[in-house]
Amino acid sequence: MTATAPRTGIDAELALGMYRRMTAIRLFEEQANELYRSAKMPGLTHLYIGEEAVAVGVCSALRRDDWITSTHRGHGHCLAKGADPGRMFAELLGKEAGYCRGKGGSMHIADHENGNLGANAIVGGSAGIATGAAFSAKRRGTDQVAVCFFGEGALGQGLVYEVMNMAALWSLPVVYVCENNLYNEYTHYLEATAGEILARPRAFGIEARQVDGQDVRGVYAEAAELVERARSGGGPAFLLADTYRYHGHHVGDVDRAYYRSKDEEELWRSDRDPLALLGRWLEQQKLAGGDDLRRVEDEVRAEIEQGLAFALEAPFPDPGQVTEDVYA
Amino acid sequence: MSTPSAVDAAPRTLTFAQAINEALAEELRRDPTVFVLGEDVAEAGTPFKVLSGLVEEFGPERVVDSPISEAGITGLGVGAAMTGMRPVVDIMFGDFLTLVMDQLANQAAKTHYMSGGRLRVPLTLRTTMGATRRSAAQHSQSLHAWVAHVPGLKVVLPSTPADAKGLLKTAIRDENPVVFIEDKMDYTVKGEVPEGELEIPLGVADVKRAGEDVTIVATSSMVRVALAAAEQLESEGISAEVIDPRTLVPLDRDALVASAQKTGRAIVVDEGHRSYGASAELAAVIADGAFWSLDAPVKRLAALDVPIPFSPPLEDVTVPTPDLVAQAARELCGKA
Repeated sequence: MTATAPRTGIDAELALGMYRRMTAIRLFEEQANELYRSAKMPGLTHLYIGEEAVAVGVCSALRRDDWITSTHRGHGHCLAKGADPGRMFAELLGKEAGYCRGKGGSMHIADHENGNLGANAIVGGSAGIATGAAFSAKRRGTDQVAVCFFGEGALGQGLVYEVMNMAALWSLPVVYVCENNLYNEYTHYLEATAGEILARPRAFGIEARQVDGQDVRGVYAEAAELVERARSGGGPAFLLADTYRYHGHHVGDVDRAYYRSKDEEELWRSDRDPLALLGRWLEQQKLAGGDDLRRVEDEVRAEIEQGLAFALEAPFPDPGQVTEDVYA
Repeated sequence: MSTPSAVDAAPRTLTFAQAINEALAEELRRDPTVFVLGEDVAEAGTPFKVLSGLVEEFGPERVVDSPISEAGITGLGVGAAMTGMRPVVDIMFGDFLTLVMDQLANQAAKTHYMSGGRLRVPLTLRTTMGATRRSAAQHSQSLHAWVAHVPGLKVVLPSTPADAKGLLKTAIRDENPVVFIEDKMDYTVKGEVPEGELEIPLGVADVKRAGEDVTIVATSSMVRVALAAAEQLESEGISAEVIDPRTLVPLDRDALVASAQKTGRAIVVDEGHRSYGASAELAAVIADGAFWSLDAPVKRLAALDVPIPFSPPLEDVTVPTPDLVAQAARELCGKA
């Protein structure tokens, strides 16, 4: 038996599991950044550091056979849904052992076995796919749920509203998770978003809630309710998670003073860090001690390093593969 | 239970629209994962009445009336296709392909490749093409070249009721996204259609009329135009071969080249705009493959490079006609 903290319904095993997955995302992303800085990775990547609690809180409320769709900032969702870091690194490096045999790269990792229908490099582009997966679950008579992750920048895309309308009309089991990290690339979301965000899904009659996206326990609790509601025929939901991306829009976005201050960044890191918040809570609840957390971090670090080594050593695809997989 | 096949199927006369309807009904009956999604597809049976009767047999769960959200229904179709369904999305006018392009070109077309072959999108998107219906510039375009340009999509342009049935059934069973484009002016055209099972493979051209002097490669409703021209030419002593690629992607290059090699002269007739259009690709294929057999450069007939106008005397000169095709053939054969 594991100890269960009062009120939240989150036991030590779940909380420590979420701590482990958030740590994995943090360490994976740090390595991804390093791969860019050391010019070992082709192209760019968009880091999820700072937003770990959203992916982990939501995906912890999902079954393996539930679907997710992800974004250009997708490594966190991918890992939280159960992907292998080694195969992810391999994809980032364009290696054949990667999830997409090197053909997708950072912005297109899909992991069908774990229900990840893919990251998407078109902002809001996966909203139709997630809604279609929910339609499919309902028509095939399964009780699968689809989660559509997107950033607040996608609130500017018409597709999102087209499919929310249909999800509400047809009571589809889909949860739209809006990660508001405050910036549409390099523009504060308030410069791009009129009115109240939650009023938008509510206009369709969609259950809409807001949660502190740095508090993984809170994210989990809301997601678990909304997912079970969708699973049991209650229809679509919208979860707005307030969060923050510590790094730039992508790894090359290092001079950010023109759109946000260093003080703002520092405040989120020092006061609102999702790993620190959960770690502190675990210790306060006596569900884990400092040694336990350090051991988790060491174990995860070893796994990430092992995955990275695997990817660095893995071969590139043979150029002849370029014409494979255009058609099934 | 009979097990009909293309061999023992009895031909009857159906309209093009009835042939489409029959293909959909048969596939909906055969496979529970097939469903139809689109604007006014249920009780209305579409404005063209192509889908009449389907909702009565299969119900609103499988013949689904959607909001006017072309991008949304296409995206929903992509997601359903990725997760075990075979959607047939109905986009009323081909002009509205502009609204679905991200979902088609960036999502449906690329998913299989980007996932290293792990995800599949067995989606059929039916839409229309064709001018001369007095519908003006936003309801008359033939945009098949737009989708044929995107690797990962297959593009089907049936020209007869039988081809419409056989190709649509194949498209629905295909593991890839297929854009199936019907000419609105063809819906009332009649032809013999085999009863029951009929699968026509994608990527196999069909000689609609055999001939010796000149090859006319024609797509969609331009096949009828080409056949009418061939009829005129026959009385003038010119024997024209009319060949229909039936699918732009995959394209039966060998059949087009072989016909041009045989006749030594080739004309391509296509209703897309001339510049950068399907006619250019088809002509290039023939020029590449049959160059040493050709007596003259390949001629192209296509829609003028203007938005399709409303006024009948203006619209009628925008697209190829039998007279124009016949004239081109005479020129090629030195009998102008």
